[in-house]
Amino acid sequence: MHKMASVLDLVHVTKRFTAPDGVSPLIGIERVSFNVRAGEFVAVVGPSGCGKSTILNLVAGLDRPSEGRILLNGVAVESPNPSVGFMLQKDLLLPWRSIVHNVEFGLEARAISRSERRQRARRELERCRLQDFAQSYPYQLSGGMRQRAALARTLAIEPAIVLLDEPFSALDAQTKLILQKSFAQTIASSAITTLLITHDLMEAVIMSDRILVMSERPGRIIEEIAVDLSDRENPMARIAAPRAREYVDHLLGSLHLQEKAA
Amino acid sequence: MSPADLTRALEHGPTDAVPHAMQPMAHEHIEAPAPGGVLASPTSILLGSLAFGIVFLLAWQFVPPALGVPSYIIPTVTDLAHELGRMVERENLFGHVLSTVTIATLGFVIGSLLGAAMGYILGMSIFIEKVLSPYILGLQIAPKVAFAPLFIMWLGYNAWPKLIVTILVVFFPILVNVLQSMKTVDRDLINLARAYSMSRMQIFWKIEVPASMPALMAGLRIGATLAVIGVTVGELVGGNTGLGYLITFGEGQANTAMVFDAIVLLTLIGIVLYGAVAVIEARVLHYIPRVMR
Repeated sequence: MHKMASVLDLVHVTKRFTAPDGVSPLIGIERVSFNVRAGEFVAVVGPSGCGKSTILNLVAGLDRPSEGRILLNGVAVESPNPSVGFMLQKDLLLPWRSIVHNVEFGLEARAISRSERRQRARRELERCRLQDFAQSYPYQLSGGMRQRAALARTLAIEPAIVLLDEPFSALDAQTKLILQKSFAQTIASSAITTLLITHDLMEAVIMSDRILVMSERPGRIIEEIAVDLSDRENPMARIAAPRAREYVDHLLGSLHLQEKAA
Repeated sequence: MSPADLTRALEHGPTDAVPHAMQPMAHEHIEAPAPGGVLASPTSILLGSLAFGIVFLLAWQFVPPALGVPSYIIPTVTDLAHELGRMVERENLFGHVLSTVTIATLGFVIGSLLGAAMGYILGMSIFIEKVLSPYILGLQIAPKVAFAPLFIMWLGYNAWPKLIVTILVVFFPILVNVLQSMKTVDRDLINLARAYSMSRMQIFWKIEVPASMPALMAGLRIGATLAVIGVTVGELVGGNTGLGYLITFGEGQANTAMVFDAIVLLTLIGIVLYGAVAVIEARVLHYIPRVMR
């Protein structure tokens, strides 16, 4: 896997914002460099406000870096890019559309026929085990199922990389575990390249191949940890492994959380 | 419970979430007892409403005569019924009702279309919206019905002044509602559409228009009641047709029963118009659980 080509490359990326006073620039992230290889699952962790979501907006092409370059399959990202799929904490399902129609949403900007669109949406719903709910409306689904529908919509566009921005943080603890497993299975079985942004250290450990630790603002990458655990497709197995706890403890140390709590 | 137990308990996978999710969330709210005590059944509520109506009509029929109030001040219910029959025979009541219904409906439809269109146009262009907003606010506050005499002076004693006043009163609440909803569309939804490389017009039709539907429907409800007010004022000040005209005519003849009947009929027209909007709304907003509407 490590020999595989890089899908996403960030090269010395800095993003500055204009502060509310309009004068002094705020630095969101500073000289951030990393890559994500094909089929790899990379997690980014860090304190709140460290610019994790800034990375997502930049990679999605919704925002432009102040300095540095972002390459997707070797091509610079300069505008919203159809080969990036992203998912937020909010499922962002359109309440007026049925689930299958929601999954089709991302395909509607493309020149493909209605029947092919429907076919692809059905396939994604099956992959996310939601085929029985194709005709339901979002309000009829639980929070966990809605997130799975959002994943189906994200995968329907066949993205080169999927960006997950704290997709489980609004869910209760049990639904979260179930959904982490469900996502991990879907992602592993289709070898989907994934960048997960999270503040949940255990989530980063049990779901990813590699963890990037960010500092407080201005956000920089202060550590990179390869997660040497088996069962990436089954976070529930990983969570029970004693070594998972060790990784979390290590991350706690890296982020100096013990000292802050004292 | 050890973490391993928890894991095993949850191991059944995502399908376990299904039974829980199958229960529509709406039901949870109905279970809660009303603040006043046990929630009454729908039948007893209906019976209660009917009983109140009957008691009210009986009181209207018998209390004023018992207190010596003459029928030219407060006509009894039977007086109203007699007058209604006379109006059908002698005053061409159906013609007047038809005229009022036509103008109210036409004014409501045209005013809604114009208001919604203007709301969407202003919602699309922040610049135009900012430039025009003080004037919109001013016109929104101005009593639109007060323009009726002007329109009569300009256009004469015909259907046009009534129609224009109706359009004007319906226009603003719908404009304001649509504009407000356009300004508060979830930015993340717009970003999602942008990330999918959707064009401005696609974002408008696929996100903004459907997202504004609840606000548009609320505007239409307000508009439906205002349309009847608009047409009534138009008919009161000018012309010789419509229920508003019958009110001034009845007033001139000191025919209290006629005025009362016209008011009742205007109210009924308003209820029908409002009911029609409610039916459309239930269809358009079918995706919103009923308790939340």
